[in-house]
Amino acid sequence: MRFSEAWLREWVNPPVDTQRLADQLSMAGLEVDAVEPAAPVFSGVKVGHVLSVEPHPDAAKLRVCSVDVGEDAPLQIICGAANVAADMKVPVATIGACLPGDFKIKRAKLRGVESFGMICSASELGLAESSDGILPLPADAPLGEDFRAWLALDDQCIEVDLTPDRGDCLGLAGLAREVAVINRVPLTPVAIEPVAPTTDERFPVQLQAPEACPRYVCRVIRGIDPSASTPLWMRERLRRGGIRAISPVVDVTNYVLLELGQPMHGFDLAKLAGEIRVRMAGEGETLTLLNGEQATLRADTLVIADAERPVALAGIMGGAESGVGDETRDILLESAFFAPLAVSGKARSYGLHTDSSHRFERGVDPELQVRAIERATRLLLDIVGGEPGPVCEVSATEHLPRPTPLHLRAERVARILGLQLPSETIEDILERLGMTVERCNDGWQVTPPSARFDLVQEVDLIADIGRIHGYDLIPVSHASSASATQSDSETRFELDRARLALVDRGFQEVITYSFVSPEIQELVEPGVETLKLANPISAELSVMRTSLWPGLLQTAVYNQARQMERVRIFESGLRFRFGSEGLTQTPGIAGLVVGDRLPEQWSQKEQGVDFFDLKADVEALLTQTGAPASFRFVPAEHPALHPGQTARVERDGQTVGLIGMLHPALAAQLDLTGDVFVFELDLAPLTPGVLPRYAKISRYPGIRRDLAILVDQGVSYEAVEQCIRSAASDLLRDLILFDVYTGQNIETGRKSLALGLILQSSSQTLTDEIIDTTVGRILERLTAELDARLRD
Amino acid sequence: MAEQTALGIQSLQEAAIQAVAQAADATALDQVRVRYLGKSGELTALLKQLGTLPPAERPAAGQAINQAKDAVQQAIETRKSALEQTALAARLAAERIDVTLPGRGQAPGGLHPVTRALRRIERLFANAGFAVVEGPEVEDAYHNFEALNIPEHHPARAMHDTFYFDAERLLRTHTSPVQIRVMEEQAPPLKVIAPGRVYRCDSDLTHTPMFHQVEGLLVDEQVSFADLKGVLYDFLTNFFERDLKLRFRPSYFPFTEPSAEVDIQCVMCDGDGCRVCKQTGWLEVLGCGMVYPEVFRHVGIDPERHLGYAFGMGVERLAMLRYGIDDIRLNFDNDLRYLRQFR
Repeated sequence: MRFSEAWLREWVNPPVDTQRLADQLSMAGLEVDAVEPAAPVFSGVKVGHVLSVEPHPDAAKLRVCSVDVGEDAPLQIICGAANVAADMKVPVATIGACLPGDFKIKRAKLRGVESFGMICSASELGLAESSDGILPLPADAPLGEDFRAWLALDDQCIEVDLTPDRGDCLGLAGLAREVAVINRVPLTPVAIEPVAPTTDERFPVQLQAPEACPRYVCRVIRGIDPSASTPLWMRERLRRGGIRAISPVVDVTNYVLLELGQPMHGFDLAKLAGEIRVRMAGEGETLTLLNGEQATLRADTLVIADAERPVALAGIMGGAESGVGDETRDILLESAFFAPLAVSGKARSYGLHTDSSHRFERGVDPELQVRAIERATRLLLDIVGGEPGPVCEVSATEHLPRPTPLHLRAERVARILGLQLPSETIEDILERLGMTVERCNDGWQVTPPSARFDLVQEVDLIADIGRIHGYDLIPVSHASSASATQSDSETRFELDRARLALVDRGFQEVITYSFVSPEIQELVEPGVETLKLANPISAELSVMRTSLWPGLLQTAVYNQARQMERVRIFESGLRFRFGSEGLTQTPGIAGLVVGDRLPEQWSQKEQGVDFFDLKADVEALLTQTGAPASFRFVPAEHPALHPGQTARVERDGQTVGLIGMLHPALAAQLDLTGDVFVFELDLAPLTPGVLPRYAKISRYPGIRRDLAILVDQGVSYEAVEQCIRSAASDLLRDLILFDVYTGQNIETGRKSLALGLILQSSSQTLTDEIIDTTVGRILERLTAELDARLRD
Repeated sequence: MAEQTALGIQSLQEAAIQAVAQAADATALDQVRVRYLGKSGELTALLKQLGTLPPAERPAAGQAINQAKDAVQQAIETRKSALEQTALAARLAAERIDVTLPGRGQAPGGLHPVTRALRRIERLFANAGFAVVEGPEVEDAYHNFEALNIPEHHPARAMHDTFYFDAERLLRTHTSPVQIRVMEEQAPPLKVIAPGRVYRCDSDLTHTPMFHQVEGLLVDEQVSFADLKGVLYDFLTNFFERDLKLRFRPSYFPFTEPSAEVDIQCVMCDGDGCRVCKQTGWLEVLGCGMVYPEVFRHVGIDPERHLGYAFGMGVERLAMLRYGIDDIRLNFDNDLRYLRQFR
């Protein structure tokens, strides 16, 4: 809602400046978005009177005008506008004037003829975006008067961004009442006197959907002057309210909309057949709207129809055919109350949003219609004349919102606001807001004014009391900031700690959109069903990710394209997959590395990352569970990964995640440089972890024995380790794999593993005999189970 | 004879001590030791020859030889220690490094600035006893809207720019549905915050289609708007680590009443007016209010007995103000040159 400050001050004029007024509105919950001057800075423009217009001797398009600006002699001014004519009143920038854009008016010679000023158009004065010719002023404009002062252009346009509950402030009247309440100053509303009918022509109205439209008020006005134009003062107020002037009938209805908040409509009476029927649309009925578009109506839509067809979308927009045009001589003015629920969402469903629908959706005062039509009639008659008929009001009273008293308890006011207010203060605030207040034993019975659709419960009244009293005056209490400790499981996997672990291992956290492009999603998880947005921002962001990898890959691509070849990133968040029980939203953490293992430096040779670098990072996360041994890395395959360098991470047979090298073909397709390694873990199976439990440290020395064994290439280290651990009994304190070798001196198909066995007893110093027996047993088992041999 | 012997010992001692002094390293010194003091060393040999002396001279000669041996031994020890000192000094000199060379190994990464701000928010509220709860991002219309008193076609719903999957499912437009889920599952008293991703179908210079919010909810028997003011005052001054002016501006949310938007004095210009605060001196940072009775009724909490407050804040907004970031879109470009600045 945008309005002229000067106009508001005609209704209510508190002793505060513009800035203070704007702050007051904001602090009353009517947030001021902008305060802008009604016109840009200009000076030296006067009201002039064109005495004569002669053709320019040397230029077909220029005229030589003689203009009286109230000085001793008329000024000779050259003008190029086609609409300049003798006897017009016009704005004249005299010599020395400064127009918007720091445009100084000087004495000039145009094609050899001297010019002593400029006749201005609206756009040259910053009053319109564009204009067609000079700005004609009314005949009674005061000759020689400063134009700026005459039009009161030293005014401000105030824009308030109203919340949807405050439909009552979508008119100057409502805002003025709030300003009066805040400042405790009287309100001087515009006087609205009934306009006596000069004909007795009525127009029949049938309310066929009284729940949706319980009140319809209309009035016939015959014989208006189609050549009349809207006076400048009204056009100015509309302009300062952000509304473009169109024609007197439209302008008057818009003026009343701005002033009182009542949307109105004018029909061309000649185009209406028989009567007004306010009814639901027939499914599939069509209506060409004022904006030129044809709407195909649904049965849930309220329309204004005549005896034959729909003529307007009720409360949203009129029809083109029945609208007021240049030739219209007889009109039917409409001023109706449409129930918010009947209108809300309808405009949007037809792709529309109008000043009218905006107000009806939020609630228009159901007691306003007659006053609004009287106001509009008066304004209209003053401009275009005509013969008004009587006001025709048809109401279904039982469907009109009825003012219901609300029970307001004093104790509740204090409890919710945290503030004890005297009863007199509460009553004063409510009464100033236009409510009817009656005392009862524990508080009051309060009846809100009909315009306040937002006051439906006791707490709404309490909020208004707090608002008008001032939120600033409500104390600050620290009672709820203190608290006892809360339960916290120590075996819960902490995402926060995992993030920090990765950060300390050189990873940068990223946050990517949860929706990705279907292309990369399909590349990474081919054939996996995805959840698709019905209204995505773009195709690039249209399916919900099933894995964190697409986002990480796109981030790597983005950064490699910007000379950052080495990328170590991770992300945590939800993945959206379909399982046997429908959609699941499971939290996970995933990482990606590509490029050198370490940042380029002087003391280490550059070496690209490999599987085992990333595996160490994953193992570091798994160690946080306190039970790293409960996890296994099992060879696996995944369409996005290298078939020989992929492992599934399992815990007790349950899959926890995947780690592997991005398939080189996919990396090439994505234009990624270097071997890319990725992992992704589900967070849920990482909980519960295991609480640490202290074990005594042995007093006896540990003994190390090194073994080098040969096994087939296909034998996994995991198998070797398990074999050794099960054969070693509890003497094996630690097992270190310190070399893996294939090549020279090793027969093809075999590999050499060099192992350090740390043996230690908790009860004695180990003798050579015990050690030899243990190592011997381990070797026997390795030979028997894995065809291992000691390397010579 | 005695004189002659004494002279011999004397010269031998002098020769030995000179040799010690001339020994350039530990090996040479050891050779000197062997030559004079070894089993068949020259001074040792003198001792062996004692028997050939007349008995009367033996004690004096023996004493002289032993004194000479001690003196040479002493010289060797001294020399040895000196040589060791020299060698150590040489080693230390040789091992001098340029301590200004960069350290070796992995360089640390960093958290995303949004996470950084989120952790800070979570910690501050944890200190005040708020537990962290989470909820789904793919929500149903009931939890995202209806239960929060935003029926279909409510003007507030149109303002949400919702991403839909179908008639029922959508991406949550705020973290407020977590309030509902918590109240459905747990009985008061409740004191929780719900951080997380939220989504709006809006993308331009100042909007990204995904961003983060933190929702707060407290439900108890004695809770007032004054308590809400207190908790947010504490939070905001602690978050920005400065004593800020705050203003609670009446506003409207369908699920709270009274409702307020909270402005802080601009942290960029201290309230003088700048580009960031659009010359107003104020920055809107969060919305809050007392839980609307209708919301309590939806989850079966008696609004006569229980009261509550709720608040919600945009994490990007707070992070940008805290770290001086001027473009929200940077947060999701994930340019490493941007992210690395928040290590």
